[in-house]
Amino acid sequence: MANIFPKWVNSVPIKVIVALLLIKTAVVIGVTYYLSPQYTRVGYAPTQPVAFSHEFHAGTLEIDCRYCHTFVEQSGHSNVPGTNVCMSCHSMVLKDDARLATVRQSYDSGEPIPWVRVHKVPDYVYFNHAVHVNRGISCVECHGKVDEMEVVYHAKELSMGFCLKCHRNPEDHIRPVEEVYNLDWERPSDPSAVKELEEFVHDWGVNPPQSCSGCHR
Amino acid sequence: MRTFLTIYVLVIAVTVSILGFRGTLTEKEPFEVFSDMDRQAKYKPQAENGFYLNGQNDRLPPKMTMSRGNALEMKEVFATDYTANSAAKELLLSGKDADGEFSDVFPYPVDFKLMQYGKESYNIYCMTCHGAAGDGNGVTKPYGILATSYHDDRLRDAPDGYIYDVITNGKGLMYGLKDRLSNKQRWGIVLYLRALQRSQSASLETLSTTEKSELGL
Repeated sequence: MANIFPKWVNSVPIKVIVALLLIKTAVVIGVTYYLSPQYTRVGYAPTQPVAFSHEFHAGTLEIDCRYCHTFVEQSGHSNVPGTNVCMSCHSMVLKDDARLATVRQSYDSGEPIPWVRVHKVPDYVYFNHAVHVNRGISCVECHGKVDEMEVVYHAKELSMGFCLKCHRNPEDHIRPVEEVYNLDWERPSDPSAVKELEEFVHDWGVNPPQSCSGCHR
Repeated sequence: MRTFLTIYVLVIAVTVSILGFRGTLTEKEPFEVFSDMDRQAKYKPQAENGFYLNGQNDRLPPKMTMSRGNALEMKEVFATDYTANSAAKELLLSGKDADGEFSDVFPYPVDFKLMQYGKESYNIYCMTCHGAAGDGNGVTKPYGILATSYHDDRLRDAPDGYIYDVITNGKGLMYGLKDRLSNKQRWGIVLYLRALQRSQSASLETLSTTEKSELGL
């Protein structure tokens, strides 16, 4: 009886297995790399209706974050300033500049400037700005060095893993309350200073929730 | 097998060249993998809302109404002894006495805590233009902002209520800060401003011997 299958068929199963393994590996790596917030969110830098430079205002002029984002210490929502805040300086500085036409128009008409929101957590996440900044978690931990950004971009992934990393080890991210708005502050490396930071967690009763209901409602 | 490997490598190369790497700056809005509940139809601060004519979620007070207070002083507003109109309340809110003149009575007990609070607020909201010492030499001066120095007789003799009123409603080129600062913050700034005035026009006789020796006098 002649052979039904030719000899090359012998290597087909092993080739199929190798091919499937390769495809699977590529898909898994691809999905992990491209569908996680580190890829989808980080680097998002939309063009804003007014080319406001945080680098100049917060960096060069060293205007405090709270000058514009006034209610971050009292409210869960960190507010985008009204146009009157811009105009409190720009009614004198660059008052006829074309770059600020939108601002003046908004101030005169009362129509808000349509800023494009950069940092957006899902709507089932109830992040509270006030509790974080009042207990020594700096803006820089989630927003990056905004005072060095000409155009604001999404610097950190803000995924749930990102939140939990800090909620599990708050002592690695906590800082003295008076340094919260100083984005250039550097963590001390000598052990006694580090111990002091760790004591903040205890002294202030910092107990970041790790249960679902801490952030999700 | 060779054909498969060629296609495999090609597909990976094409994917990477199209999608790029993590952290690259992009104007593309973040892609949401499962967006089902990420964006919910609900009221969010400073957000858009098609229901209202002006498209804004945040409502302005209706015409012909007066605010009883705001959410930041919830306890006071809903307290049983809350009175909308009284001389003390008038002083606290407008800096004026019963005759409508600017008052020199300070509505809060003066203590170091309020001074610190005033200093913090001053350094956020006033220092930029008026300078850390209140001499009108803020960082914005080179850009054309004309800020008053507090160190002349006119302002040294002005009643506290007058200074409070200027912070609240603005004067000349300066915009009022009543939308951003609470009453307590504004009175705290008045207190700190008085301290600045004293520090800049102090005489040697008022210093104690230890203070003099600390200064090397």
